[in-house]
Amino acid sequence: MPASRDPAFKGRREQPLPIRIVHWCNALFLLLMAGSGLQILVAYPSLGPRGAQYRWYPFQGTPPPSWMRLGGWLGGGRQWHFAIAWFFVLNGIFYLAYFFLSDEWRRRMFRPWRDTSGAVAQFLYYLRIRKMPPPADFYNGLQRLAYSSVIIFGLLMVLSGLAIYKPVQLHFLTLLFGGYDGARVVHLAGLCLFAMFLVTHLVLVSMHPREIVNMITGGRRE
Amino acid sequence: MSEIITRRKFIVGAAAATLLAGCDTHPIKSFLGAMQHWNEKFEGFVFSPNRLAPELPASDATLESAFPSYFISDTIPTVPANWTLSVGGMVEREMVLTLDQLQKMTRTDLRVRHHCVEGWSAVASWHGVRVSEIAKLARLKPGVKYVEFNSFDEDYFSSWDLGSAMHPQTLLAYGMNGHPLGSGHGAPLRVYSAVKLGYKMCKYLTEVNFLPNKTGGYWEDQGYDWFGGV
Repeated sequence: MPASRDPAFKGRREQPLPIRIVHWCNALFLLLMAGSGLQILVAYPSLGPRGAQYRWYPFQGTPPPSWMRLGGWLGGGRQWHFAIAWFFVLNGIFYLAYFFLSDEWRRRMFRPWRDTSGAVAQFLYYLRIRKMPPPADFYNGLQRLAYSSVIIFGLLMVLSGLAIYKPVQLHFLTLLFGGYDGARVVHLAGLCLFAMFLVTHLVLVSMHPREIVNMITGGRRE
Repeated sequence: MSEIITRRKFIVGAAAATLLAGCDTHPIKSFLGAMQHWNEKFEGFVFSPNRLAPELPASDATLESAFPSYFISDTIPTVPANWTLSVGGMVEREMVLTLDQLQKMTRTDLRVRHHCVEGWSAVASWHGVRVSEIAKLARLKPGVKYVEFNSFDEDYFSSWDLGSAMHPQTLLAYGMNGHPLGSGHGAPLRVYSAVKLGYKMCKYLTEVNFLPNKTGGYWEDQGYDWFGGV
């Protein structure tokens, strides 16, 4: 059944209030986490342990530019990072609870058997290989894929972050990421994925400014 | 005229700066301070006195020349003549120990990953006496909750929670990679631990004090987290 005709969403706005709150909080927290994280990276802007830095990493020894940093120095960056981390996690837990308890997952979550063909078609449309966008129901397949995978990125960031924070107390988690230096790689890669998501997200919503309004006002009711 | 505008601009600028400092910096500072305090509690909660860091094989060892040495003095701190270690605070038996006496105590060897606050890691093997061994000899009085380590590297010091200090992988190390501790790594005696970040491991030791109250530390007083566990 298409989500738009699902009685569960009758009278509900396109972007219900909890989602709007979580979205804008998340935007703020992610910026603060990225800025403070990059400030922490400045202290050792390399990947791989001492004496055995990874050869494949092209930016060994290159600190991120100062305008991207938050906290002023390593200690300040750590204070910001470990303070905002709690709010980032709580916001995420609140979102996931709402996501599943409110049935929102049914119209938002990427489900391969339902959404794969639509996602491919939408991608081909953006590449101008396909003339018309595929029919969309609430979200198109590509949106579902993007907004669902960014949740996985978030989870990956929290887990790899914990693995770096407590490599001895959470030893098994750290092992899961290939050890302490492996977890740093995943954590930095996760930041790059977030950055790529953000750029794509900003380009696409600027092409559909209605979506920005919806994320503020909530949009029309189903 | 231009001077007046300049002065006015200056006054407006100064007022804006004061306002910013008043309503902006201060709440943020206290917010970060409160969160750091909370995180300190969390770190203590996560710390398990029985969890051991994995011992690593010799093949994991970092080339010793690639293992950063660390001190805050302008030049490598030199060992004072007649160096001894004082053990004091709330103990039944205060002690002054020579290196020779320390080396005659039960020796513990350790090869674990070192985690620096800066983000790098490295591996070396360390040998020395467990802090818990020293505590046993000194006999702690009830009420000891913290351990403070002092050094002859200017005013470098660090205070620890008792649990981390008593951890079986926390040593007063006098050797690294099978040889006596080098002058760049804290000779003649330093703290080495598997459960703390590098800045907690005071080098160039002079004193170990068992205390009822928490003191800070060289970096901790500047904004690094006091617990600094891994």
